[in-house]
Amino acid sequence: MSLVNIKTWSKSGAPWIWLNAGAVAASMVMVLGLLLLIAVRGFGHFWPHDLMEVDVTSPDGTVQRVLGELVRSEELPASVLHDAGVQIPRDILTVERHLIKQGNRDTLGRDFVWYLAPRMGEPSYPVNAMVLERREWGNLYGYPLELKEGGQTVAQGEALWPALLARIERANDIHDEIRRIERQDIGKVNFRMEGLRLDERRMALDPNMPAAEVAQRKAQMAAERAELDAEYARLAEQLEVLYRDVKRDTLVAELMDGRKVNVPVANIVRASQPNAMSLFAKIGYYFDRFGEFVGGYPREANTEGGIFPAIFGTVTMVMVMSIIVTPFGILAAIYLREYAKQGPLLRLIRVSVYNLAGVPSIVFGVFGLGFFVYFLGGSIDELFYPEALPSPTFGTPGLFWASLTLALLTLPVVIVATEEGLARIPSTIRMGSLALGATKAETLWKVVVPLSTPAMMTGLILAIARAAGEVAPLMLVGVVKLAPTLPIDGNLPFIHMERKIMHLGFHIYDVGFQSPNVEAARPLVYATALTLVILIVILNLAAISIRNHLREKYRSESD
Amino acid sequence: MTNTVAKAASGDGARVSLLPSGEQRARLRRWRYAKDRISRYGVAIGGLGVVVALALIFVYLFYEVFPMLRPADVTPVSAYALPADVRGDQVVDLATERYTEVAGVYGRDGSVTFLNPRNGELLKRVDLPLPAGVAVTSGAPAEAKYGLLAHGLSDGRVLVTQHEYTVTYPDDVRHTEPEITYPLGDQPLMLDEQGAPLAVVGIQAVGEGYALAGATADGRLTLAIYSAAVSFMTGEVEIKREAYSLPPLAGRPTHILINKNMRNLFVADAAGYITHYDIVDPDEPRLLERVHAVADGVTIAAMRYLSGTVSIIVGGSDGSLAQWFPVRDEQNAYHLTHIRDFERHPAAITFIAPEYARKGFVVGDASGHVGAHFTTSGRTVLLEQVSDAAITGVTMSPVNDTLLVTDAAGRMHFLNLYNEHPEISLKALWGKVWYENRAGEEYVWQASSGSDDFEPKLSLTPLTLGTIKAAFFAMVFAIPLAIMGALYSAYFMTARLRGFVKPSIEIMEALPTVILGFLAGLWLAPFMENNLPAVFSILLLMPIAMLVVAYGWANLPARLRLLVPPGWEVVILMPVILLVGWLCVVMSPSVEVWFFNGSMRQWLTDVGITYDQRNALVVGIAMGFAVIPTIFSIAEDAIFTVPRHLTQGSLALGATPWQTMVGVVLPTASPGIFAAVMMGFGRAVGETMIVLMATGNSPVMNFNIFEGMRTLSANIAVELPETPLGSTHFRVLFLAALVLLVLTFVMNTAAEIVRQRLRKRYSTL
Repeated sequence: MSLVNIKTWSKSGAPWIWLNAGAVAASMVMVLGLLLLIAVRGFGHFWPHDLMEVDVTSPDGTVQRVLGELVRSEELPASVLHDAGVQIPRDILTVERHLIKQGNRDTLGRDFVWYLAPRMGEPSYPVNAMVLERREWGNLYGYPLELKEGGQTVAQGEALWPALLARIERANDIHDEIRRIERQDIGKVNFRMEGLRLDERRMALDPNMPAAEVAQRKAQMAAERAELDAEYARLAEQLEVLYRDVKRDTLVAELMDGRKVNVPVANIVRASQPNAMSLFAKIGYYFDRFGEFVGGYPREANTEGGIFPAIFGTVTMVMVMSIIVTPFGILAAIYLREYAKQGPLLRLIRVSVYNLAGVPSIVFGVFGLGFFVYFLGGSIDELFYPEALPSPTFGTPGLFWASLTLALLTLPVVIVATEEGLARIPSTIRMGSLALGATKAETLWKVVVPLSTPAMMTGLILAIARAAGEVAPLMLVGVVKLAPTLPIDGNLPFIHMERKIMHLGFHIYDVGFQSPNVEAARPLVYATALTLVILIVILNLAAISIRNHLREKYRSESD
Repeated sequence: MTNTVAKAASGDGARVSLLPSGEQRARLRRWRYAKDRISRYGVAIGGLGVVVALALIFVYLFYEVFPMLRPADVTPVSAYALPADVRGDQVVDLATERYTEVAGVYGRDGSVTFLNPRNGELLKRVDLPLPAGVAVTSGAPAEAKYGLLAHGLSDGRVLVTQHEYTVTYPDDVRHTEPEITYPLGDQPLMLDEQGAPLAVVGIQAVGEGYALAGATADGRLTLAIYSAAVSFMTGEVEIKREAYSLPPLAGRPTHILINKNMRNLFVADAAGYITHYDIVDPDEPRLLERVHAVADGVTIAAMRYLSGTVSIIVGGSDGSLAQWFPVRDEQNAYHLTHIRDFERHPAAITFIAPEYARKGFVVGDASGHVGAHFTTSGRTVLLEQVSDAAITGVTMSPVNDTLLVTDAAGRMHFLNLYNEHPEISLKALWGKVWYENRAGEEYVWQASSGSDDFEPKLSLTPLTLGTIKAAFFAMVFAIPLAIMGALYSAYFMTARLRGFVKPSIEIMEALPTVILGFLAGLWLAPFMENNLPAVFSILLLMPIAMLVVAYGWANLPARLRLLVPPGWEVVILMPVILLVGWLCVVMSPSVEVWFFNGSMRQWLTDVGITYDQRNALVVGIAMGFAVIPTIFSIAEDAIFTVPRHLTQGSLALGATPWQTMVGVVLPTASPGIFAAVMMGFGRAVGETMIVLMATGNSPVMNFNIFEGMRTLSANIAVELPETPLGSTHFRVLFLAALVLLVLTFVMNTAAEIVRQRLRKRYSTL
């Protein structure tokens, strides 16, 4: 077989075509690889990993038992280790090392440690090794010894594990109750107290109020305040009882270095023995943790627990934004397409509006902070909330300003999509309506707009997708790392536009880059990123499919 | 018309029309027209409102930037004669407080007079508790914020006073009560042990005490550090004194300045020289140098430290003004160095008053002119004649909004001042500036620091360079991939595959950049650091591998080759890419061992290249990833819409597909591709989160691919939330935003125009 002449082959342009194909292939590999990476890391976060027990020989010859999860392994040139002063035989060139999450930050100091493979013995997977997810100090890895109730041993050996699980459930129930009281009941009392304080201050600021009325209102307030104080005292007492109850049990556990520690059961969120779990148990555990992630509140400076407030904040913000951006975007598009006089000026305006979609989002954030927050918000505070000053109500970043800024940012998206939809309506339909005697407004609102609603939907969905992923402007106008309250709750007026919110995208930035223990937070960041990616991919796919559907529809109608 | 129809119907009588009556129909019609009008105006108002709201972004950003362009100005409020016993020509210092409700005039006779600065009303007069027969011979203030003044006496002793203002609100009206206190007791303290009159004194608050220096007319210099301690036994204030004598001075001393870190002591003499003493170890003070600070034949008429006691402003008897500070040379020795000159005053400088917190100062001269100057920007923001007589004292309020001036004719002038942003000039924003404590002119962005005496360094050059650097590396990565991809996908790829590839890349565009940034910072950066050879071998080997596979494919028997028809090459190449990538990563440690002594990173450092973990290479890849879809989809559109008859004509004439591509498609679509690149560049310039997360955000001035950068957008995101409203820093950040807005807007508009032209051209072809 003779080879193709390389000269003729390259002259035919085939190498270039292949290189171009390579560019597409590389792009596809990157996109798919990225999605795969996020998906694997994000979904993997909830799976119970086996606990590895292994003996590690330290350079001075002492042998140490290590228990933990294998996080990842890597191979590195031996010279790097030589340079770092690690003694290993000179004849090997590369060394493998393993990162082990050994937890127990409170007792061992470091929860992630690299161990060199040559120093590690044969790993084993003891069935009684357990993971305790704690409310503080991260995970505990160890072996359960006994369960105590007020100092008395109540369970040991075989009976220990079921008893422990039952007691953890009890403690969790009490803990939920505590949190309900703290968040809801006491939150309500505090909210009303603050309202009273503001009422009082408003009264003091109003010089025209008759003295008799002032006295009467003051008496009323005093009564209400007394009532609230009593309510608070009652709740505080209730809490005290619950706190005492929850502290009842302790678990004695042995750590990897043989130390025995007492773990209050109240401090345990979840306990598991992954090495002893069946596949079904693991799946159950997986969904349990997944549920906590989606529906729970964050713990430990956002590095553990759930992201419910972030999801909630993102959704609320996007909804408020949609309510603002939809009517205005559509009105502007209709104006540009149907009413404005077509000419060079309009072309200029249209190009400018379109181009705003390409303006960096941080610029919108700067505008939002300067104009909305400081200028508009400051004026609103002076006019309507003088009693709260100098602490600002609207004169500080918050939900409303974040939504408004994003609405401005996504206006071009909605306008472009709506205009495109309006332009696609065949003129025959328009003419028909006008010929039947309908006014322009009737043609517009009863014929053209209903026909182009799918286009508007596309625009809105794209706007939502863009808004949900935008972070830079939000850092300036209302998103915080930890909001004490949700923007919607049971207190009047239910939606609190001035409150700061949490946001999925900002959560990723904050937990991934601002948290003190990045290694521990990493899996959670992947899971959060996955949530965001899923949200956005779904929104975009919806928009794309609506658009394609629409194109098909009008193509057949206009032909 | 409808009316007549209605009439006709009713006139008939026999048949009653089922139509609404004419009146009803007229009403309905009016209502319909009203609705039409409402709709018209409603939509117009709404639509124009939106357009205006969007235009407001420009207007508002400019509105915030505008005050920086406004020049400083003064408006005289009042001028009046000082009380008779206050000698206007014998003012040692002037002082005022935040609200300019009290002005203090220190006379050379040892009196302090507090006035209402608006009308000259006498508020309080304090005579210093001087022993009998002793007169004040000299006086000097410390750094402005302490309100300290040292009075040198004729018996070689000194008295230290401090002026303080207590603000109270009786009946909700602000009242400022001035007071003179004596931080070192109201008894004069010995400074010159021989008891000679002190011709010059200098004072500075240092550490827990006060450093005072005095010189006698014959050049004998004494430095002493006093500290006051409340004795816990008796409750009395004890004054501790440590005195040091300095090497004698060559000429007759005129001014003494002490640095507050106790590093330097400067003495000006009548010959126009400044003598520089090193007092780091006061037990062994060293005379470092004697510098001629003014032109020949000119004397030093005034000399003051700026806030922070680093820079000295020297005013000459010829009206010249210059900034000096000690600069460290290669041998670690400090030399008092001339930094910059300011606009010359028409007559001899008589008084220099530094600003309270900024690096500016106000100056009075013998011709009655008052000038305000700023060091960082080198600007003379103001130079105006305030009085006909020589100026003897001048001060600016701590918040820089009023100016008080005394003249030799015994009058006091009160002026309102606007001087909000003197630190801004074209040079300060874009040029090289010699900042305090630096060895030379530099481009630096460092807007804030924990210290009060900090000189803000607001050069946008490093940020702009960082922006360009990030965008450049992103484009280097993105352009080949995106454009080649677009060529292939629009022209060679089969429709079925294209139906899958295009939406995938569109979804890639929608991926939140925070996710790309997070992956770049937490996954890619450490990965690249550990597998640096892999990154480069992938970049190098990937095209080679593709070509090898392509050549191999061409040599396959046709039976096998036709299993994958043309247009599906991507499918063959994807496993190749994965394989090559995997091989490169696996081989990476070995490559490091073979070629780079075990660690490429270490090797780079040894070669002299700085390596940051989060560097421009990481940003380039991550941001390239973000702009690939933008470029791809626009370029793909431009190529795909090249009229078919052109390409078919070319093919029919016998050109190969590639020749058609190069000869016909590319030239036709090139404006569109150019527009795509512009749009991509616009996006890369403004991208915030990726840069924020994937670089160290240090504002550097180089194009090293292994170092990070700080971009305009990331800088805004980092600094704006903590910047005080209305400050210069705040406005400069708004300027950065405006620059970004204008830049991207112009680029996008240009791209848009190019695309529209192209569309028109296609339709005529």
